[in-house]
Amino acid sequence: MYRYDEFDHQFVKARTAEFADQVDRRLAGELTEDQFKPLRLMNGVYLQLHAYMLRIAIPYGTLSSRQLRMLAHIARTYDKGYGHFTTRQNLQFNWPALSDIPQILADLASVEMHAIQTSGNCIRNVTADHFAGAAADEVADPRPYAEILRQWSSVHPEFSFLPRKFKIAVTGAERDRAAIQVHDIGLHLKKNAAGELGFAVYVGGGQGRTPFVAKKVRDFLPEEDLLTYTTAILRVYNLNGRRDNKYKARIKILVHETGTEELTRQIEAEFAAIREGELKLPQADIDAIERYFTPPALPARPEGTVIETSAKLANPAFASWVKRNVNPHKNPDYASVTISLKGIGEVPGDATDAQMDAVADLAEELAFDEIRVSHEQNLILPHVARADLKEVYKRLEAIGLATANAGLVTDIIACPGLDYCALANARSISVAQEISNRFGSQARQEEIGELKLKISGCINACGHHHVGHIGILGVEKKGTELYQITLGGSGDENTSIGEIVGRGFTAEEIADAIETVVETYLALRTDKSEDFLAAYRRVGAAPFKQALYGAEAKAA
Amino acid sequence: MKILTANRLTDGEAVWLCADHSWAETIDAAEIARDAATEEKLERAGKAAVCKNEVVDLALVDVELVDGRIWPKRLRERIRAAGPTNRTDLGKQARPDISIAA
Repeated sequence: MYRYDEFDHQFVKARTAEFADQVDRRLAGELTEDQFKPLRLMNGVYLQLHAYMLRIAIPYGTLSSRQLRMLAHIARTYDKGYGHFTTRQNLQFNWPALSDIPQILADLASVEMHAIQTSGNCIRNVTADHFAGAAADEVADPRPYAEILRQWSSVHPEFSFLPRKFKIAVTGAERDRAAIQVHDIGLHLKKNAAGELGFAVYVGGGQGRTPFVAKKVRDFLPEEDLLTYTTAILRVYNLNGRRDNKYKARIKILVHETGTEELTRQIEAEFAAIREGELKLPQADIDAIERYFTPPALPARPEGTVIETSAKLANPAFASWVKRNVNPHKNPDYASVTISLKGIGEVPGDATDAQMDAVADLAEELAFDEIRVSHEQNLILPHVARADLKEVYKRLEAIGLATANAGLVTDIIACPGLDYCALANARSISVAQEISNRFGSQARQEEIGELKLKISGCINACGHHHVGHIGILGVEKKGTELYQITLGGSGDENTSIGEIVGRGFTAEEIADAIETVVETYLALRTDKSEDFLAAYRRVGAAPFKQALYGAEAKAA
Repeated sequence: MKILTANRLTDGEAVWLCADHSWAETIDAAEIARDAATEEKLERAGKAAVCKNEVVDLALVDVELVDGRIWPKRLRERIRAAGPTNRTDLGKQARPDISIAA
């Protein structure tokens, strides 16, 4: 994985000292809140309902054991013994005191971490496929390019005050596990006919109050042009993006209002003007960054198949877990393991300090010291010998993290919602917990099959409800929580925005309504091989509306 | 009826303005404004506390009295007054001593 060089160390150290001074001046009354707020946001410090919140960047979701242990230490020492992994592969602490944050940032800097650019109208943490560097279906590891983008975008003088925040995601496989088409820029790393690496470039995707699927503006961008082309896109956006209305300031609105053809023309014109300039990536530089991401040397472990097979026969729960939570690796003796942070009835994405420590130990001993955070709010061990799966499962089981539900209905994405968030209108966590308990039976979940359920507590859509096969959006209506259901969304290579199915449901009704949707699907699918999304795309919303609203649906 | 709430600068704790212009960690201790003049008085005191860097994010919130206790009309404010609904071991609801003291 990437290691800080001398410049990185100095930069983060200087920034930590600068913010510590700003906090001191704020607490001493030398800075007003109006002066301080933009400074704290640039360092990832929000004010929520109960306390401050610190959002820590986890670049492209990659962590070492040492880093995860530090997060556990911070949770234990300065917070309330847990952290919340987010849909942008970051970690949030919900209870830090402002006066402790300088020390927290110093602790983070000691393990090459920070909270810079986790807020504000700048280029945010660059996200990537959580199986990067390991997945059997990958063309190339997207993380070196994410790291190049991270270095280029960190305190970028031209792009630190954009019209609005800006999110970039990179995937290196045809199967999009990074939801690139709902990002401001989505990069799909691929090879052309000549076998050269480059990117399909998508622009203007996003969720929030006005969801759009990104438009492809380039089918193949040579890798050497990554920064030049990205700069061209950002320049067109920075110049023409709206600053008069916060809700219309994202690049997706510019793409929509300008039209893809004209916007592409503008980007290409800027690109042509700067293409041969200083941002062209020399192969030597790409190679230097790639070396940081060289996969670990994986010894041959051919005994894995036999051990795994006998363990599955002996333990059906282990067999279920392997079926759901184990992903094929480039090396057939190995696999990537999804550690579900979605225990039945638990809070999606939360992990305790003890769990973080235990996962760090596990990664160090049995997974080459590497952990990933997925945008689906789970943790990943990217490189595990199949021969060690049984042991990994046993140890995860001991810390309550062996739930076999990756991709199933209880693997719910949920934002913090009104239980924590100052922007939320309704709770998300409680809805997620109730639905998780409702569908908690392993047999029932497996019978239902692949089903992505995503919950947001407000229109900002941090819980990705627009791209849930079933999406739930919480709103406030006449002082009470009301939940709208969307169906048919998807955040993969065939991205679609879910359609609102009808009037909302109260907090008491929503789990029943979801059960009705699921039962309707089970009754109409052609067979078990037709998953929820495929069935919805075949039959449309009508049967679901009928089941949810009955005669009311016909009248509408 | 309204009460004035804010978050304490040093740690972000949700607090409410009391009649003696101190900030309580529990909603029970808040001074209730039943008329516009009292609302203005609360706001003036709140703004003074912001200037003194004691609190941030002032807000007057609607409340009613239920069984003699202050009950915010919005769920958001009820959650601020108690803590996360999914974790009763966290927030003010986990500290009954403070509630009793108030």
